[in-house]
Amino acid sequence: MSALPILTLLTLLPLAGAVVAVLSGKRARGVALITSLLSLGLALYVWTLVPANGSIGMVERLDWVHSLGVEYHLGVDGLGALMLVLSALVTLMAADAAVRVHHAPNLFFALVLVLEAGLFGSFTALNFFHWFLFWEISLIPAFFLIKLWGGPKRGPAATQFFVYTMAGSAFLLISFLAVYLATGSMDFTHLSLLASTGELQQMIAAKLGPISMWLALGVLAGFAVKVPLAPFHTWLPDAYAEAPTPVTMLLTGAMSKMGVYGLLRIALPIFGAEIARMRTPLLVLAVVTVVMGAWASVVQKDLKRVFAYSSVNHLGYCLVAIFALAVPVSGAAQQASQAAALNGVILQMFNHGLTAAALFWFISILQLRTGGLRGVNDFGGLRKPAPVLAGLMGVALFSSLGLPGLNGFVGEFLIFRGVFPLSWQAATVSVLGLLVTAAVILTVIQKVFSGPVPAQYANFPDLDASERLALAPVIALMLILGLVPQLIVDSVNPTVVYLLTHWRF
Amino acid sequence: MTEALASYPETMTCCATLATRLLWIVPVAPMVAAGIIALLKQPYRKTAQMLAIGSMVLSLAISLFAFSYTVGGWMQGVTIRETVNFPWLHFGTTAVELGWILDPLAAVMLVMVSFVGLLIFIYSSGYMAHDENATRFFCFLALFAGAMLGLVISNSLLLLFMCWELMGLTSYLLIGFWYFKPSAAAAAKKAFLTTRVGDIFFLLGIVWLFAQTGTLLFYNNGAGSIEHSALALLLAQPAALGLSAATAIGLLLFAGAVGKSGQLPLHVWLPDAMEGPTPVSALIHAATMVAAGVYLIARVYPLMQAGALTGGTTTALTVVTWVGASTAVFAALIAVAQNDIKRILAYSTVSQLGYMMAGLGMGGVAIGIFHLITHAFFKALLFMGAGSVIHGCHEEQDVRKMGGLKADMPITFITYAAGMLALAGVIPFAGFWSKDGILEAAFTWKLSNVPFFMLVFGALLTAFYMTRQVSYVFFGYWRGHKTAHESPAVMTMPLVILALFAGILGFFGTPAWPWFRAFLEGHAAPFEPGILLEPELAILMGVSTLVVMVGIVAGWRIYGEKSPAASEPDALEKAMPGVWKFLSNRMYVDELYEVTFIRFYSWWGKVADVLDRRVWGGAVAAVMALTALLARINRSFDTTFVNGGFDKTCEELATSGGLLARVQSGRVQSYLRILAAAVVALAVILVWSSRP
Repeated sequence: MSALPILTLLTLLPLAGAVVAVLSGKRARGVALITSLLSLGLALYVWTLVPANGSIGMVERLDWVHSLGVEYHLGVDGLGALMLVLSALVTLMAADAAVRVHHAPNLFFALVLVLEAGLFGSFTALNFFHWFLFWEISLIPAFFLIKLWGGPKRGPAATQFFVYTMAGSAFLLISFLAVYLATGSMDFTHLSLLASTGELQQMIAAKLGPISMWLALGVLAGFAVKVPLAPFHTWLPDAYAEAPTPVTMLLTGAMSKMGVYGLLRIALPIFGAEIARMRTPLLVLAVVTVVMGAWASVVQKDLKRVFAYSSVNHLGYCLVAIFALAVPVSGAAQQASQAAALNGVILQMFNHGLTAAALFWFISILQLRTGGLRGVNDFGGLRKPAPVLAGLMGVALFSSLGLPGLNGFVGEFLIFRGVFPLSWQAATVSVLGLLVTAAVILTVIQKVFSGPVPAQYANFPDLDASERLALAPVIALMLILGLVPQLIVDSVNPTVVYLLTHWRF
Repeated sequence: MTEALASYPETMTCCATLATRLLWIVPVAPMVAAGIIALLKQPYRKTAQMLAIGSMVLSLAISLFAFSYTVGGWMQGVTIRETVNFPWLHFGTTAVELGWILDPLAAVMLVMVSFVGLLIFIYSSGYMAHDENATRFFCFLALFAGAMLGLVISNSLLLLFMCWELMGLTSYLLIGFWYFKPSAAAAAKKAFLTTRVGDIFFLLGIVWLFAQTGTLLFYNNGAGSIEHSALALLLAQPAALGLSAATAIGLLLFAGAVGKSGQLPLHVWLPDAMEGPTPVSALIHAATMVAAGVYLIARVYPLMQAGALTGGTTTALTVVTWVGASTAVFAALIAVAQNDIKRILAYSTVSQLGYMMAGLGMGGVAIGIFHLITHAFFKALLFMGAGSVIHGCHEEQDVRKMGGLKADMPITFITYAAGMLALAGVIPFAGFWSKDGILEAAFTWKLSNVPFFMLVFGALLTAFYMTRQVSYVFFGYWRGHKTAHESPAVMTMPLVILALFAGILGFFGTPAWPWFRAFLEGHAAPFEPGILLEPELAILMGVSTLVVMVGIVAGWRIYGEKSPAASEPDALEKAMPGVWKFLSNRMYVDELYEVTFIRFYSWWGKVADVLDRRVWGGAVAAVMALTALLARINRSFDTTFVNGGFDKTCEELATSGGLLARVQSGRVQSYLRILAAAVVALAVILVWSSRP
């Protein structure tokens, strides 16, 4: 597959689209829609080309700064390809949702496309320098999107989001520089190989002393802020609430997955042994993320904050599974549990991205129809004037709740199947998150859609044809992936098996 | 009483027969109907009804076919147990498998659910005739039926759980059908959340079972999770508190059943669920969905039965028994003091579900399930009768505002009376035989005889409150406003059919001919009418008949033809006001939950919010303030020392430069002065340095 540099093309496509968008003035949304549709097609094509044995394929490798060990190294396996599809899909949904951009729409959509390029770049990069470049680059359009088009408190929210993530990334950078000093390599696959044989730790100890735990902590710090892991999550509710809702879709749908992906691509393969030693405190933090994330959403009055905390909760399940599976393998039963947990994490990443983006899309629709209202108590009885909206949003809400038959259930089921034997305490406490989430979501349904219709909403417009056309495939996908999850799992499972055989705890 | 009869051998055919292979159509047909109806607009109500009823007819036909095949097998001395399994998704090197099963238990449940369901669908076309959202009603009802039928044939605990949750969703949608009523919306949420409490324990049990045995299939040619080798594995695993994994998993699964079947302490949602339209109460909250918990325990009975025997029974079954017996009495007591026609029946359902659980715990699958089947018929009859009454009384639901309806609504009266006698357990109606089976099992339970007395007391209360209800509604004189009228045929026909079954169904499970038990347990069913005259059995039947008669007579004496006005206190209330208040307020359980769990839930939410904003957010804000402080110190250091130092040096240089510049004055006199001074200095230095 050295013929066509398809991954580079994929990353360049949104950048080209961004340039076109800037020059398109009012028609920038159309440009963004077309570009993201093309990227989705290309990403799906990439997905079909993923090697069947689960290893990394479509590799592109060029020397860049040879003396520093920096290479232009790209490649995807099942996990990476799925993240590419998710990013493209969420960007398409965000562009679709952004029907009314008040000022400078050309700049808005251009920044969205640059963000998409940043996402593609970080999900395909296999060299630290290159990966870190895209990791940081994707922050810049996000910052500007929040700062220039956001809500009343957008300034502090954007700044906190940017600086907090940067602070975490700083530790990440230092740790990797240390690793480079010890090994002379910045390549993820090479470092992962060194770690699986134990050589990495020896090299670090030889060159730098017994600091591999500190390096692992540094790496974790960067991801702890991004995912987020409690208590490093306080930037998230403000950023999600103040960002324009289409941007929130991108933040929750795709950007938050960069952190989880980083844990799976970088932290677990390279620092698996260290993470295994820190497993218990990490599991505690992850469980806290699940439970407190769910419970904090209970008292929120702003719908965007409710679902921001709900996102923290849903990603918390991924973290619980990731830390739970960091145990030295001791038998086939445990291997099965690890495989279940890892499959669950990857499925949950995709399903949550899809469902959360859809939910924020619906919130944006509610905002558009009421001049910006998005409080939990601002609505009521909307099911009568807008039954289709109620039905479709209801499906998305029940998927978020984890109802079997919809996509949200499968990832959570596999996670619990995997985590319970590996850490029954973590599993038992985390189920509380399921209960609280159900209570929150049903309360939202009750307050927004049930009860008598207030006078001002008697003529609340239901979804029109274009909105139905845009939302129906998304909702249909939730149903399909709930009933036939093999569509994703069949291409992810080989990668899971491959990764687990190459990780050493 | 009967000696152990030789068990029929099981068949586990590798290639399922036609009946089993067709079985998937049974749940799928109503679901497909629901999908089509969802796309129909409101005016197409007749089409929706036809689709829903048609799909149920198809399901009933296939269910009867499967049932007859299973009965045929029994008549030839073979217990049919056929499965169709398939992998759903692969993870690692294993897979999650789903599948369906045809065995006697599944067969009887299928027939009951599809038959009662069909009758209620027909009834609904009359009941919901004037509702503008009738199309949506049939969509949800069909979806529910599909989920329930799917649950009944599930051979995989995961597929069962998925159908279980789907039923929870449709129950939520149907309880909150009149969503513009805040009370209905609240009741729907309460139902879903209360059952979800049970469901999270259920989920833990499922993943535990999966992890331990590697499969969630029930039967898989010996490799299933409740088959012999898996059970042996589970028994060997210790869990906590001296229990084995088998018992712990059994208890976790039972927790799910407690929620779904409205057992103590998760019963609070069932009476509130009466907010839904009456066909919903009949189908979901009487006959089928609430019975799903009982069915689950029956399905995983080998797991519940596995383990160390104390007093002839296992820990898991002991817990099931006590919970069931307590619920039976608890709910019956509350039913005595209720005034809403549907709430009386709702608490009655909770109580009868307790009987079923107790029957399962003490007597086995056949005893519990027989009561489930008979109860489905007469409870559905009673609810539909209540619906007919409500319809005829122009949407009145308070029994104290009814009365004398036996003249105005004769068909409803006769069928309702049949249902009431069946529920109360009057011989020879169905309820007598099924309840007697449970009482017999309780009487012979080795661990304790307290459940027996509890259940007998419950039977007395049941007879009492049903008599009270029937007196208030059908006897005495009319206390309503407009005249009551009989319901149309589309509503009364199903009542008649169910009443017939309430009469004859019992004969399939009498001690004289224990066909039902024989069919489920797989042995011969001898016809021995003489057995009824055996002393133990006769005394037991006599005792239960006596108790029921006492209940009916007491009810009649107190409430007879009296018909007090609604504003007057109840006769019992006058006698025991404190007790009455306690019972009519449902023993304050809802209020207890409100001040404990609900309050904790809100409080903890506030704690989480404060933690977030003040503690974690505060830490971040502190770091930011510290950074700002350091920046300010740095800046002032910069301004004063660095910049200032630099500036000072520049100034001094400038000053010294200026001073030095003054030397270059341009005046010859000053130059000469400097020259002279320099010469003198030079001379002095030279002289000084040349001295020896």
